[in-house]
Amino acid sequence: MAEVTEEKVKVKEPKEPLFSKKNKKLLSDPLADNNPITIQVLGICSALAITAQLKPSIVMAISVIFVLGIGNVVISLMRNIIPSKIRIIVQLVVVAALVIVVDQVLKAFAYTLSKELSVFIGLIITNCIIMGRFEAFALGNGPWKSFLDGIGNAAGYGVLLVIVAFFRELLGSGTLFGAKVLGDPIEKTGLYALGYENNGFMVLAPMALITVGIIIWIQRSRNKALIEDH
Amino acid sequence: MGLKDKLHKLKLKYKGKKMAPAFNAIHTFLYLPNETTHSGSHVRGADDLKRTMNTVIMALLPCLIFGMFNAGYQHHLATGEIEAVANGFFSVGFWSIDNLVVGLWKVLPLVAISYGVGLGVEFLFAVIKGHEVEEGYLVTGMLVPLIVPIDTPLWMLAVAVIFGVVIGKEVFGGTGMNILNPALTIRAFLFFAYPTWMSGDKVWVHGAVERANEIASGAQLDAISGETVLGSLAQGKEISYSVADMFLGFIPGSVGETSALLILLGGLFLIFTKIGSWRIMASAVLGALAMGLIFNGVVNAGWISEGSKFYSLMSTEFWHHLIIGGFAFGVVFMATDPVTASQTNKGKWIYGFLIGFISILIRVFNPAYPEGVMLAILLMNVFAPTIDHYVVQGNIKKRMKRLKLKTA
Repeated sequence: MAEVTEEKVKVKEPKEPLFSKKNKKLLSDPLADNNPITIQVLGICSALAITAQLKPSIVMAISVIFVLGIGNVVISLMRNIIPSKIRIIVQLVVVAALVIVVDQVLKAFAYTLSKELSVFIGLIITNCIIMGRFEAFALGNGPWKSFLDGIGNAAGYGVLLVIVAFFRELLGSGTLFGAKVLGDPIEKTGLYALGYENNGFMVLAPMALITVGIIIWIQRSRNKALIEDH
Repeated sequence: MGLKDKLHKLKLKYKGKKMAPAFNAIHTFLYLPNETTHSGSHVRGADDLKRTMNTVIMALLPCLIFGMFNAGYQHHLATGEIEAVANGFFSVGFWSIDNLVVGLWKVLPLVAISYGVGLGVEFLFAVIKGHEVEEGYLVTGMLVPLIVPIDTPLWMLAVAVIFGVVIGKEVFGGTGMNILNPALTIRAFLFFAYPTWMSGDKVWVHGAVERANEIASGAQLDAISGETVLGSLAQGKEISYSVADMFLGFIPGSVGETSALLILLGGLFLIFTKIGSWRIMASAVLGALAMGLIFNGVVNAGWISEGSKFYSLMSTEFWHHLIIGGFAFGVVFMATDPVTASQTNKGKWIYGFLIGFISILIRVFNPAYPEGVMLAILLMNVFAPTIDHYVVQGNIKKRMKRLKLKTA
């Protein structure tokens, strides 16, 4: 989705640079050095629940990008008229509306996937990243910046989901997107002919946590600035 | 020039270089003990980490040797090549070369992989982090082959060892810093990752899996099956082993866990050398007996029908729980791990008692996890610091009260 918006922007020829260094940083920071999962450690629950397979994680990533991108813009547009006492309720209404749209679209066009994701699409509402970005960013910044921030954070979340799901599906089920890339475990072809077996632990939730932990470990050992003092 | 000098020269040559820990480790292992306390007003013993580890390994050796013979014995028994031996421990039929050959053939690779891979990971971390290689893996490396089924594929063991050493120990900061017992982390990983190789009636006797595959591909052979005592009980089957067999260890099971007698000897040795905590061992046994008695009581009171799937395990005589499965081995050699156990004396009683109690609870109520002791110890490992915290706080409170009484 990020690419699509970039094209639109180029056609418009903005007066101020829409992709000034600052704005670009909004988009790229959450992908790496300020990743919502590995640095802020938000949105872990859904990362554990749906990353056993690649397909649902990609759908989840796209859904969150959609919800957070649009949601941030909506909140940012309303930021001056929301009374601060009821802002949480307003934010919830916005997320809920967007999530219901996503849920209905999935039910209409990808019914089996929506069954697979079951409650987790609905639970996007409770994803801490979304409320976090509304509170921390959209309430204080203009719509364009909020949009970039939303897309960036959701994409940072999505990238992590896809990385975790890649390892969990490959090692846990021996498949990628359901394709048997390592051979057939029942017919004993490919790697399985050599005695390889799927790692059942990878399919269980604890291994998602450990995989995320290993990613955090690698990231911080590559960039020492990310290590917190304590 | 002797080996010691050569190693010493090597040590000097690489001093301050990146690979130094790797070279120092060999020197340290063979000649130089790790640091012991040499200043301050402490009571000082001659024990260092290396001697502690070596004592535990000595206590484990009888189990390892028995495990090798038993591996061969169970294999030959299952294939029908020999008859069951009658008078157990002193029979030639058990301590035969044939049995030992099969045992060596199957067990030595497990030991080699465990030590090779585990020490490899330790060396790697020592070099990257620039600290000396610690002796912590010596015991873990010996425990691992003793707590896995005899037919565990070697690559699975290697993967599990890497996982256990890295995630169970190194991420916490290496030897002495780990929260979970590394050997049990390795076993738990195997158990959850490859459940078909860690339970059932095929993996405990060497050759059963191969034979099953041959039969599946059309060979006219009898199937070999060797169910552990716990496995049979969980399915409500009759037990064909006598109590003496179970105590002496002539039963299928993980390599080193079968002989309660030798584990008892190892335990006494650890208590005598003051390496293992007798409080933990005693309280764990008490805990197991208590839970066993509760279950026996439930059966006697008639609160559970004979048709229940828990009946056969619940009606197992309470003290039988001590000599079947991995309970004895886990309690003596793994619950007492000084790093992961409770440190306070009162804490040790609580910690041990709960291990025994929970082991039997898991064993009976979840036959899918017949090795309750593994999960019980891992669970209590997590709680050990909490137990210590409350024991220490309780002590502080008591003293504060005493102080108030005195001053008042």
